[in-house]
Amino acid sequence: MVKNFGYKILSDASIDFDRNDKRIADYLKAHEPSMNLCIGCGSCTATCSAGHFVDFNIRRIHTFIRRGETNQVKRDILKCMFCGKCQLVCPRGVNLRNVILTINRAIEQTG
Amino acid sequence: MINFNLFVLPFFLGLIYLVAKIGKTWYRWIKALPAIDKVKFIAGIRHPQLFLSALKEVFLEALIHRRMWKRNPLLGYMHMSFALGWFLLIVCGNIESRFYSGTHLNAPYYPIFLKFFIHDKLVLFFEVFSVPGFFRFLMDFLLLFVLSGLVLALIKRQKSKWFGLKRTTEFQLTDSISLACLWLIFPMRLLAESYTAGYYGSGGGFMTQPLGNLLVAITPFRSDYAAYSMWWGYSLSLGIFFITLPYSRYMHIPTEVLLIFFRHLEIQPKKWYSSFSDVEVQACSRCGVCIDVCQLNDAGINDSQAVYFIRGVRDKYVPEEISRKCLLCGRCQEVCPVGISTDSLRLIKRRELVSGQASDFSYLTTQRTGAPCQGEVVYFAGCMSHLTPAIIRAMKGIMEQAGISYVHLDENGSVCCGRPLMIAGKDRQAQGLIDFNKRLIGLTHAKLLVTSCPICYRVFREEYNLPIRIQHHSQFILELVKTGKIPLQGHFKNVAYHDPCDLGRGSGVYTAPRELLSKIADLVPVPQDANNALCCGGSLGIFEASQQQHNAMTAVTLDMLMKNQPEILATACPLCKKTLEKQSPVAVKDIAELVYESLPKPVYFAASGQSHPAKSYANELI
Repeated sequence: MVKNFGYKILSDASIDFDRNDKRIADYLKAHEPSMNLCIGCGSCTATCSAGHFVDFNIRRIHTFIRRGETNQVKRDILKCMFCGKCQLVCPRGVNLRNVILTINRAIEQTG
Repeated sequence: MINFNLFVLPFFLGLIYLVAKIGKTWYRWIKALPAIDKVKFIAGIRHPQLFLSALKEVFLEALIHRRMWKRNPLLGYMHMSFALGWFLLIVCGNIESRFYSGTHLNAPYYPIFLKFFIHDKLVLFFEVFSVPGFFRFLMDFLLLFVLSGLVLALIKRQKSKWFGLKRTTEFQLTDSISLACLWLIFPMRLLAESYTAGYYGSGGGFMTQPLGNLLVAITPFRSDYAAYSMWWGYSLSLGIFFITLPYSRYMHIPTEVLLIFFRHLEIQPKKWYSSFSDVEVQACSRCGVCIDVCQLNDAGINDSQAVYFIRGVRDKYVPEEISRKCLLCGRCQEVCPVGISTDSLRLIKRRELVSGQASDFSYLTTQRTGAPCQGEVVYFAGCMSHLTPAIIRAMKGIMEQAGISYVHLDENGSVCCGRPLMIAGKDRQAQGLIDFNKRLIGLTHAKLLVTSCPICYRVFREEYNLPIRIQHHSQFILELVKTGKIPLQGHFKNVAYHDPCDLGRGSGVYTAPRELLSKIADLVPVPQDANNALCCGGSLGIFEASQQQHNAMTAVTLDMLMKNQPEILATACPLCKKTLEKQSPVAVKDIAELVYESLPKPVYFAASGQSHPAKSYANELI
């Protein structure tokens, strides 16, 4: 009998940069280099149409991509409505609609 | 005499090959039409009225080149002289040949090389005023007509600006071969006919006879062989042209005829690549008219204009980014002399590219977005309007003043209309958004849908199949003004109106915004407006352009808009407003804002003793 003490052992949350899948990050860097201009201000996320209704956060997706946590990216990217507001508010001129499209393509190609 | 000589073979074999090739291709295209279009096609060509109207259009476009004339008279003349001149040469040559053969069943090559076959017929002086004499004059005249076009074509290679073209298309190998042969055909014919007339004294026309005499005089070896070699040259250039035609840009000549028929029989472009698309692609003459009007030139992009894209589709190789490198502003479509739906072709290719990608909008529920209440008018501001809240404020103010019970559908965050996804080729994915929006609109029980965004307006009209009326706010406000629901007081000086692409070229709404503006403002003329208007540069259609490239296009558009020194730039699209105002030297306002500002002020503004509630609250704080 295991007594329920009200706590559990957390799964390992460490991120191994050497083992993680950086293919989406590389693909994005090669095909839409304007993403490198991002300063992470979060304007895109603040104005996001989809983000208004659901947990959808472009800045976080960007972080996931850089870390190579592709499962979350694959799950989240489906929610984008593609309206393009993010691109209009971006103070760095990141070509965000193409970023999303490029991520879609990267997922398609990397499986 | 047997009317045959070995030199007719290159022409004759080329012609047989060409006819067989075109026949096979046409058969394949018509066979591949969807069943409904096939029925339309067969019923259409049996319908005499439809058939004749299509034939008339073929005559006006394929022979006279009416649209080319409108674009530039010199360009129009050049194309007409080739097409109409050659056509008449064939027809008149055929009629002429009947006089000599005395039969209705001539070999196809007989009229073409008629002057050779009749070189031994003596011509008497008085015959000049007879029917054969008239034909000799006519045939010379027509040949001169075609040759004048050829001279223009040669000039155009060097001075394309005279023809209204700043840039022309780059050629491929087959194009160059075909072009060389095409250009050789008529000089060779002139040489052959002239020499024959001079050498045999067989009677040429006003041009061929003197030229023939001259040729004979200056040729050192006067012989049958000289005449033969010229006829051989003429036949060879015809033959090689016919054989290369299906593989070069000149395939547009027969294909345009079929395209005009398709269009007249109401066969529409599809969402996927169909034989209609194939016909459109082959009907492109690569004249390059679309290159100059493309605003991507301003951004330094010069490899993805419609003509290059279509060439890529034809050669079965379109680099991915070429499909995505287009504003979808529709300017090329407006000027295309063949009327090819370039935007819809581009979208077809985009659909193919993203077919394997998914979207998931299951999160959209009325619990999340809130169920709308009911009203007579449903107002959909659109995503872009959320970035220009002044437009929403103005629209609400106007509707309140007019006493309209409206439902603001996207007050708490908007669900995208779906067009941005469709522009990326994701029609299937956009369906999730369309279905959800349709449900929301249905819940309001409204009879009229008003939107502030031309992008939404277009997709509501084209894709939603709503049972209610759909209006852009410029049309809606105009109706309010006309029915006297809102009084207009203010007046603005020097306003220039910028046509949004999706409202103007996309949806054909040109007059409503102008009529509305003219009630409250003095409009200054804009050099390029209505269907020739420039895109603001902020189009969602393009994916492969940097912010700097967008800005470069906007700068050119602003230069054009500011030509007559307006004090206010008016537009009817939140995206245009947002794009233009970043770089504009003057204020950029939406029509709704201008109307709202020209409404009589509410009482608490006008009354002198009372101050604005917000102001008094501010005073309290101080």
